[in-house]
Amino acid sequence: MSAPSPGSAPAARAPFLAPHFGSMGSQLDTAKLGTWLFLASEVLFFGGLFTAYAVFRANHPDLFHYAHHFLDWRLGALNTVVLIGSSLSAAWSVRCAQLGQRRGLRAALLVTLLLAGVFMVVKYTEYSHKLHHGIGWGAAYHPTAEILESLPAALRAVPAPEHLGTFYSIYFLMTGLHGIHVLVGMGLYLWLLRRAGRGDFGPGYYVPVDMVALYWHIVDMIWIFLFPLFYLV
Amino acid sequence: MNETHASPREGAAAPHALPAPVLVATAAALMALTVLTVVASRIDLGAFNVVLALAIAGLKASLVALFFMHLRYENRFSSVVFVTAVFFAVLLVGLVVFDTTQYQPDLRAAQQAAQRAGPR
Repeated sequence: MSAPSPGSAPAARAPFLAPHFGSMGSQLDTAKLGTWLFLASEVLFFGGLFTAYAVFRANHPDLFHYAHHFLDWRLGALNTVVLIGSSLSAAWSVRCAQLGQRRGLRAALLVTLLLAGVFMVVKYTEYSHKLHHGIGWGAAYHPTAEILESLPAALRAVPAPEHLGTFYSIYFLMTGLHGIHVLVGMGLYLWLLRRAGRGDFGPGYYVPVDMVALYWHIVDMIWIFLFPLFYLV
Repeated sequence: MNETHASPREGAAAPHALPAPVLVATAAALMALTVLTVVASRIDLGAFNVVLALAIAGLKASLVALFFMHLRYENRFSSVVFVTAVFFAVLLVGLVVFDTTQYQPDLRAAQQAAQRAGPR
């Protein structure tokens, strides 16, 4: 970015222009670069967990075929659809802010927040169902007779593979870390709703709406990989 | 490439808002690919199932990045940052899996030999 030439400084500073930026344009570009660097660190963060998944799966493929019967693919698919919908409304909120559509912006932010809430409710249902039936992580894996009954007959006939607890450690760690990201996103959307209600955002200033949406899309993107890797196998 | 934010003058450049049909089409494509990945998992393709699932997920992630995250219309440098991170994450997973599958057969053979030898 080229700095504005001396003498062309705007008479009145824009209300949301930080003192260390020369213009709204350079402020937006800096925010974008910073956000993309943060998203790169998120990719590497989850990359370590995907590595654990890949190593475990490469060495124990039988385990994944057994364990995925305890995961309901319909709930996973429902959450995939919910997150895609929330990504659409997040992208829509950016569009509304850029076009100065304040009502549309508030509606899109609210829909994103609500869909994130639906995702967490489904997640809660899944987690509590598992934990009530003794499907825990690591040494806490003690499945009840009731849930073992739900397995296909062919699987019940053979002894259960070893290390199922480790599979659920990876499952809870990856989906749990993703869930924490969803909770953080919900907090961010609450904050955006408050600011949008105050009328902070418009075509001249939409940095927070755009950057939070970028974060929200990467949360969606990670789920796009988690869904087939855990639920569909 | 667009020059939306090239102007240093505040408020001079109108932001590049994505057209509504592009957003809706992206979401529709993502939904269709979700159905496809579920259907594909029902067909037994052996080891190819994982490859197919990852290919579909990769395509979906690319759609999200290019359109929802408007990377397609952004300064090229944002793409460089992101693609570099993805590249190194894939490198990490790939090389570690190559490594572990290299010595796993030896490990299994040793375990079986120990079992055959019986408890000490």
